[in-house]
Amino acid sequence: MIDVGSDLLLSATDVAKHYGAVVALRSASLAVRPGEVHALMGANGAGKSTLVKILTGGVRPDHGEILVRGKPFAAHSPSEARRGGIVSVYQEPALIPDLDVRSNLRLTQSPVDATRHWLAELGIPDLDLTDIVRDLPLASLRIIDLARALAIEPDVLMLDEMTAALPANLTERVLEVIGRQKGTDRSVIFISHRLIEIAAVCDRATVLREGSTVGVVDVSAGSEDRIVGLMLGDIARGGPVEPADSSARAARAADAVPRLTTRNLTVGTKLSDVSFDLYPGEVLGVVALEGQGQDELFDVLSGSERPSGGDLLVDGAAVSFRHPADAIRAGLVYVPADRAEALLMQRSVRENIALPFTTPFGAWGPIDVREERRKVDKAIATLQIDTRAASEVRRLSGGNQQKVTIARWVAGGVRTMLCFDPTRGIDIGTKQQIYQLLRDLAAAGAAVLLYTSELKEIQLACDRAIVIFGGRIVAEIAVVDADEATLLRAAYDLRPEELMPDEVASAAVAVEATETSPAGPA
Amino acid sequence: MSSGEATVPRDRAEIVALAGSWARRNVWTLGLLGLLVVFFAVTRILQPNYGPAAIQGLAIAILPIAFAAVAQAVVVISGGIDLSVGSMMALASVTSAVLMKDQGDLFGVAVVVGVLLLGLVVGAINGALVVVTKVPDIVVTLAMSFVWAGTALLILNTPGGGAAPWLMAIISGPLGTPWLPKAMVVLAVLVAVVWIPLRRSTLGLSLYALGSSPLAAFRSGVAVGPTKIIAYTLTGFFSALGGLALTATGGVGAPVPGSYTLQSVAAIVLGGVSLAGGRGGVLGPIIAVIVLALVRTDLFFAGVDPNWSTAIQGAILIGVVMFGSLVAMRRVRV
Repeated sequence: MIDVGSDLLLSATDVAKHYGAVVALRSASLAVRPGEVHALMGANGAGKSTLVKILTGGVRPDHGEILVRGKPFAAHSPSEARRGGIVSVYQEPALIPDLDVRSNLRLTQSPVDATRHWLAELGIPDLDLTDIVRDLPLASLRIIDLARALAIEPDVLMLDEMTAALPANLTERVLEVIGRQKGTDRSVIFISHRLIEIAAVCDRATVLREGSTVGVVDVSAGSEDRIVGLMLGDIARGGPVEPADSSARAARAADAVPRLTTRNLTVGTKLSDVSFDLYPGEVLGVVALEGQGQDELFDVLSGSERPSGGDLLVDGAAVSFRHPADAIRAGLVYVPADRAEALLMQRSVRENIALPFTTPFGAWGPIDVREERRKVDKAIATLQIDTRAASEVRRLSGGNQQKVTIARWVAGGVRTMLCFDPTRGIDIGTKQQIYQLLRDLAAAGAAVLLYTSELKEIQLACDRAIVIFGGRIVAEIAVVDADEATLLRAAYDLRPEELMPDEVASAAVAVEATETSPAGPA
Repeated sequence: MSSGEATVPRDRAEIVALAGSWARRNVWTLGLLGLLVVFFAVTRILQPNYGPAAIQGLAIAILPIAFAAVAQAVVVISGGIDLSVGSMMALASVTSAVLMKDQGDLFGVAVVVGVLLLGLVVGAINGALVVVTKVPDIVVTLAMSFVWAGTALLILNTPGGGAAPWLMAIISGPLGTPWLPKAMVVLAVLVAVVWIPLRRSTLGLSLYALGSSPLAAFRSGVAVGPTKIIAYTLTGFFSALGGLALTATGGVGAPVPGSYTLQSVAAIVLGGVSLAGGRGGVLGPIIAVIVLALVRTDLFFAGVDPNWSTAIQGAILIGVVMFGSLVAMRRVRV
């Protein structure tokens, strides 16, 4: 028993991957024993997805050794990875939408009877295999994907955010089936943002930070904090970051009307019951792990998507956006993370900045060139845009491109700015300028909603932060408390009790125990 | 049905259910068949003596376009497009006509086989260029259409050459009943022999998978590059059949490609093949070719100016596809 246990099913040692100057993986290691469910953890940008891509044959590592059952593993495509013993279930279903389920099984040479068996085990026994995949609900597709993978009986089954799109009852079945893999000679690598699921089903967890494996944790009661601690690294131990000139932030008048209000906003299954107020003169941070519904929130607020329920109020009046133009007219302007979404890459800086404010009132008539030039020059000066390559936006650096996307709104006068991760992939100097700009906008009376994937930006730029998890707001945190550890705990939806000082917490537990436990011996 | 696992129907109810599900999946094709019947009836009303002889003529006239439509359908189902179909047909036509002129039957057979191989090679070149250069397929095949058209003119710069008598014989005249033209049988047999085994193979599934979702296909283990090259190769093969049909129906080689490329795109769209890839078959496009030909015939019999009749054909194309999308949208909503 012991010598079998020491033989690793999968071992990855010192795996590294660079993209140009960017280091995606520095030195990642992963050791999976036979018969265990192993969690792979890491915050945004820790290198988790790169490691997953390497193990599934999507990306080739620069160096490092990967062994499956002691044999070298090198895959250049998912089908080669499957032959090497690793099958994965991706975040988006890998089923062909225009084929029926049976044809999809045939395409991957998956055994039909075994798949049927697992479908039944996973809670959808009556699936008609002649159904076209396009017509099936998303949750069923994920289950089919999983059943198909289980039917192949791979050495290592890799599940990437498997439970993200599932309703609670199916999630339970999935976790139960995954748990059953324990003690067999096969293993599961389980990737999830939900620490509760990790605790429920995993034996051990490997934690990545900044491209390196920083620890392997035996999962047991209370190991969540260790995992979060490892994900944070030094920051958790370091002192609190000094919030940027918090004294300069004007106290909000008690009777102020919010610039933007959402009430019970719901978008399909991705976002539910979201209510918050955004006041003039403040920068409100939004914190969420990837895919918790923040994309849908910003799509709704910027008019690209219509909510399935709830109300949206601007300056206290209900609004309904059918088109981004409606949102812009209501003063809600959007700065996306992906500059290519916002800019005309082949056109000049001048045209890009002038576009949004010439379209509404210039309409079909001639453009007032002098007025346009005045506004554009002012915006370029305000944002300190480097105009040496101004004839084509695509030749600007990423930071300067992002400044142009902001400048186009600043030029027209900003009332409410929605920024979705505006500093993604840009240099630290420009980041500082953008924080300062957002603060200046707020000081001038604008309202700013800022989603960021970098937790430390909250204290650098925001007045307070809301945390979204699983499509719901789970916490609102004032800027003075919004250190990275607190935000990350909240983002993983660890209950606030775990943040209480020990003596308070123990007192609370004692009270709860006396209240809820059945009467003890008298 | 696409299912590979043989499910043997046990009783009548099951057969009815299977037929029902087949019908549901092929609504578009069945609708087109209905449209075909309507246009046929209109033709009979306009021209009461429209009989076996006219149908013979129709079958022979549509043969090259039908092959062109099948050629285009294969590549579009796999998510691509080929604008060199017409040029490849011209190349195949002149090559066969030059080689077959005044030669014996046996040599003629060798020429037919050789021209089909030429089609495979030419198609494979198109596909390899699309895959290797990563230049958009529409650009590559447009450029190659000039190359193949130029090559065809180098081989034969005016209509000429000749066709082997047996080649012309197998598509003219009826088979058994006077209502069944040989050309139609040749078309059905040749397409069925290639398409049905393909449709049931993993390769066929891969073609649909690639057109439906390249990422999901890659993750399902489809070899994306080679599958794409095979799709273009098959298009080359069916284009070569179209070129041979041109030679056989005209008796000479046709070096100028005509409008077969655009007609093939029109036919597949009307035939229910999604230009986005992944959806449709080859039966629909073939029926669509006949429908479009009957529209022309009807407009001629109705005494409409031929210039107007092309405009009307265009309007019918848009109308039918729009109607089809509306029906599809309603089905999704329900």
